[in-house]
Amino acid sequence: MNNVMGVINVNGKGDLMEALTQQRCIASVPFGGKYRLIDFILSSMANSGLQNVAVFTREKYRTLMDHLGSGKDWDLNRKKDGLIIMPPHFCDDRLLRGDLSNFYAHRDFFDRSKQETVIVAAGNIICNVNFQNAVRFHRDQKADITVFYAVAETGRGGRPRRCLALAANGRVQAVTEGEEKSAGGKVLLNIFILPKSLLIILGQEAAAAGRGELLAERVIADLHRLKVFAYPLPGYFAVIDDISLYYRHSMELLRRQTWESLFFQPGLIHTKVKDEPPTRYLVGSSINNSLIANGCTIAGSVENSILFRGVQVQRGAKIKDSIIMKSAIGAEAWLERVILDKDVRVSAGRKVTGERGIPLVVSKGKNL
Amino acid sequence: MAIVHKECVAMLLAGGKGSRLGDLTRELAKPAVSFGGKYRIIDFTLSNCTNSGIYPVGVLTQYQPLILNTHIGIGAPWDLDRKDGGVSILPPFVRTRGGKWYRGTADAIYQNLFFIEQHNPRYVLVLSGDHIYKMDYSLLIRYHEEQEADVTIAVVPVPWEEASRFGVMEVAEDKRIVDFTEKPEQPRSNLASMGVYLFNWDLLKQFLEMDQRDPVSSNDFGKNVIPLMLERGCRMFAYPFHGYWKDVGTVASLWEANMELLAEDSKLNIYDHDWRIYTVNPSQPPHYLAPSACVEHSLVSEGCFVEGTVRRCVISTGVHVGAGSVLEDSVIMPYVHLGKNVRIKRAIIDEHTIIKDGCRIFSKDGGDGAEIILVEEHVVIGKNSEISRQGG
Repeated sequence: MNNVMGVINVNGKGDLMEALTQQRCIASVPFGGKYRLIDFILSSMANSGLQNVAVFTREKYRTLMDHLGSGKDWDLNRKKDGLIIMPPHFCDDRLLRGDLSNFYAHRDFFDRSKQETVIVAAGNIICNVNFQNAVRFHRDQKADITVFYAVAETGRGGRPRRCLALAANGRVQAVTEGEEKSAGGKVLLNIFILPKSLLIILGQEAAAAGRGELLAERVIADLHRLKVFAYPLPGYFAVIDDISLYYRHSMELLRRQTWESLFFQPGLIHTKVKDEPPTRYLVGSSINNSLIANGCTIAGSVENSILFRGVQVQRGAKIKDSIIMKSAIGAEAWLERVILDKDVRVSAGRKVTGERGIPLVVSKGKNL
Repeated sequence: MAIVHKECVAMLLAGGKGSRLGDLTRELAKPAVSFGGKYRIIDFTLSNCTNSGIYPVGVLTQYQPLILNTHIGIGAPWDLDRKDGGVSILPPFVRTRGGKWYRGTADAIYQNLFFIEQHNPRYVLVLSGDHIYKMDYSLLIRYHEEQEADVTIAVVPVPWEEASRFGVMEVAEDKRIVDFTEKPEQPRSNLASMGVYLFNWDLLKQFLEMDQRDPVSSNDFGKNVIPLMLERGCRMFAYPFHGYWKDVGTVASLWEANMELLAEDSKLNIYDHDWRIYTVNPSQPPHYLAPSACVEHSLVSEGCFVEGTVRRCVISTGVHVGAGSVLEDSVIMPYVHLGKNVRIKRAIIDEHTIIKDGCRIFSKDGGDGAEIILVEEHVVIGKNSEISRQGG
């Protein structure tokens, strides 16, 4: 994979996740008890042997920069190449929306990079994938662009997504808006493999035309002009772009198969090291079907929930169907169907519950 | 020779075999033994160094150093990957006129005179890599300076019946040491040396050279160098330490130290954000407790998958506990795989061991005084086996 570089594109609209994206971009949203969304695609790239990864940001990227640091936790603190964070280049609102012109504005970086092939991926895709086979497929097919797709599970529900119609050899023939839940639907994912030179040309065209255009849109519009092939993303996948998807896919982590595949195969998911000690369960604690990170102290009961690093649960507190980031839960408090962002304090005896099916999101630092 | 002057260089003795830990140290040195669910014993001393702002740290290795070397690496987890020193691993080496193994603790330091001289320090802090404790060495240095001492030895009171396992000191009112005996049969004091010595470097150097010239010396700090310094009238002071300190030199004490972490008011607080204990990060996900799991009064680390019942246990990184299994009063080391319906009570199961369905591991008399059973690393215990020990 010496000849492949990675681009992670944190270009989503900034406010999709309500309180969770008040202070942070989507790629920086905490997920799965200890990670942020970007960790999955970044670890996949690093584990695939990519040594040159650029993260293109647009707004609210302070927490992302803090999280990524020098790239050390992904083994990307390299003398040659390594991890680089690209702040937005434009002030022009029209161009801001499009990632293509942003790539083009940073063309010096691409020119300087020795790799000839680029994997461009969105920062909010949950997956664990080794890109080697896909890159081989891309080269064997002599494709201009290879896009990734995932086969939607029956009954999974969700937002309308772009679905692909493929020829027998894997070439994309059409892209349609469709329901993710229609079984066997091939959902287009924002992961692309293409030559660096082509990415620059597309960027140049977008910039010259003054279009704020997205790579995904360009690919769809150019199906007749370019050889676009599709490759199935192996293993578990999820695209997180609203709170209900965030909640649903978080809860899927409580299934044994998801836990065993997403976190371990084909590689481990890396994240910023926090040096938390193991979690301590005190006398009288009761835990059931939950995912618990290190650094917690738990005296109460936890059911069908995800606890991030450093959560304190006092005696008699009950947590059910919830996602709790580093927060303190007072004695006898009762939380059901809630998502607590970091540094929330829930006072003793307080009862907080979300609506049926819809979690209640409590923003960072609140006292309840 | 010297370029930068360092106030203090730490020399961490990590070459011991720890024979009393039996099979736990067959493949690795005692400081590399796993502890507390995610750590290795040496992490506590290395974290003390970095939290006290003390580096360079020289780690003296000899017995089974491979796992220790890999663990320490360039010292990044402890923030000891520094341009000016950081951590250096110091194994015995060959010179033009031959080479020798480290014969004793003092000899190990003597053979690395050059390493210390490079940094031209005022003090040398000699530490041991096989104790569990949190200590701010910068306070020890300040105390040493206030006392205008030549040597300061950190001491901790131990139960009288255990005093003969340690280097024991008698001290005067002003804490000046008047007598030091290594492992005395009839201890006259219960102030034990913690294996933490602070020396003025120029003085230590003279005494190490003197010790080398003595053909009958066993080149050991406790047996030779410290008594010699006392005899020659050096200003030697005891620094009383009041926190948690444990020599985990036996299977029983290793088990006990793990169990002491479970108390709500544990004397060793590993949750203090101002004094973190650092270690190598294994990139494991949060642990998963299944609907059938029952976990109480225990420590559980990342990457574990638990379907069974766990009471009063330390469950280390990456452990699998199958359905119907019941674990009590035990320490399960990293990456152990326990099948279904396994029963374990009062045992230490060492790293990477596989225990198949239906096995029973327990002491026959089952009481609180029963001996701790140790199952060694990287073995497979077949289905429905029984490992037990008669009480007494």
